Amino acid sequence: MNELILSKDLRGANGIIPLEINTTFNRGELTVLFGKSGAGKSTILKMIAGLLEPTDGKIVIEDEVWYDSSKKINLPPQKRKIGFVFQDYALFPNMTVRQNLLYALDDRKKASKVDEILHVTELANLANEKPDALSGGQKQRVALARALVREPKILLLDEPLSALDFAMRTKLQDELLKIQRYFNLTTILVSHDIGEVYKLAQFVLELADGKIIKKGTPNEIFGGSKISGKFKFSGEIVNIVQSDIVFVVSILVGQNVVKVVSTQEEVRNLKIGQKVTLASKAFNPIITPI
Amino acid sequence: MIEESFMQTMSLTFKLAGITTLFLLIIGIPLGYSLAMTKNRLKPVLEAIVSMPLVLPPSVLGFYMLVFFSPKNAFGQWLDETLDLRLVFSFEGLVVASIIFSLPFMVHPIQSGFAALPKNIAQAAYTLGKSKTNVIFRVLLPNIRPSLLTGIVISFAHTVGEFGVVLMMGGNIPGETRVASIAIYDEVESLNYSAANQYALTLFLISFAILLSVYAINKHFLKAELS
Repeated sequence: MNELILSKDLRGANGIIPLEINTTFNRGELTVLFGKSGAGKSTILKMIAGLLEPTDGKIVIEDEVWYDSSKKINLPPQKRKIGFVFQDYALFPNMTVRQNLLYALDDRKKASKVDEILHVTELANLANEKPDALSGGQKQRVALARALVREPKILLLDEPLSALDFAMRTKLQDELLKIQRYFNLTTILVSHDIGEVYKLAQFVLELADGKIIKKGTPNEIFGGSKISGKFKFSGEIVNIVQSDIVFVVSILVGQNVVKVVSTQEEVRNLKIGQKVTLASKAFNPIITPI
Repeated sequence: MIEESFMQTMSLTFKLAGITTLFLLIIGIPLGYSLAMTKNRLKPVLEAIVSMPLVLPPSVLGFYMLVFFSPKNAFGQWLDETLDLRLVFSFEGLVVASIIFSLPFMVHPIQSGFAALPKNIAQAAYTLGKSKTNVIFRVLLPNIRPSLLTGIVISFAHTVGEFGVVLMMGGNIPGETRVASIAIYDEVESLNYSAANQYALTLFLISFAILLSVYAINKHFLKAELS
């Protein structure tokens, strides 16, 4: 069992926000920390990694105590078996892809491990390139591969895909899922993208202002469980315009804008920028090849 | 005869610059690193001290060092009696004076090199189980090579070119403290213009060659990093 009890005052844009976290999460599962920027998501990852010290609390990963303020236990990052993937990748510019991975290796004799990971992450043909010669998606893959080399007990991903375009993001989400299942790795992913959370998460912790406001499966969190829809998507309202006596609401679902007709009554509860569930029941979908 | 004293002075000049640069590198890396990383409130004080030689007249620095290291004073006496080291009017004294005088020229490039590195690089290496020392030597230093090169060359060139501090601390003892810049002054005073010109032209050409190579190499480094 993994346990997180953390408290610390965070300096935010609107003054001091107290971070208060008390939760558990399962071994081998992919847990997503979801919430707006400034909610404290990355801070929690850094605390688990030992890069930032909480004021109070306890961090237990796979029954090993990494931090316990009451017993004055605080393992340095070097002693915590973690794989950390930074948002900006943090690859070492002076080393090739292969050297980046070899550097992460504790025991030089296990160089075959590096080859296996290069193979699984489809990086073998880029092994001798320097990071500056790689595209964003490739850098991301190297960062993930490097984090896997040490066989971490927990994989910490700080918005690893946010800097990539949509197509690359989708592709890497699939790969991430494959790798996470392949190694059966306990993983914490920070994300603010609902689509990504739906696709990847087995368990979601939703954060706002330093507190967990909801936890559960993606369906429980975003489900809108009152509607038993056949088609159900999450999206964001990008526009509301009046057209004669009805209103047309434009909703961004994934990369597509969908227009939905609404009545004045319905529109009263909606505003631009709001996250909504879009569901439909009675229609038969028509599938056309493109 | 002139030829021999010329060679002696030039080799002393470069020996002084070489030793000074080596010591400065050893001091400059940890000092530049801690200045770049510290959040201590006293950081501006330390920065001001390191930068003092940039604005202080060399004669001021030389004068205080002369007083401080004089065997007539407590510290100078202690050095003299316990370490058998006399720093005034000696080569060792010139090395100490040059290190202090050229300190900002080594520390500044190294400090800004460290400060410009993404913070996550070091943190990523810590999460990979690497110690601070390991991270400095394997990750941070290799990525600030242009800054190191700039620091080394500028400190070297600056030490070759210093005058005031050397004159105050070292005087003009051939083979011991008589470096090229002092020799030029000395030759001009005795109206020996051709000898002065020999020193001056040599320093002029060497300084130009050194700076040219820094800019050429750093351009090469930058290009290599971008491609």
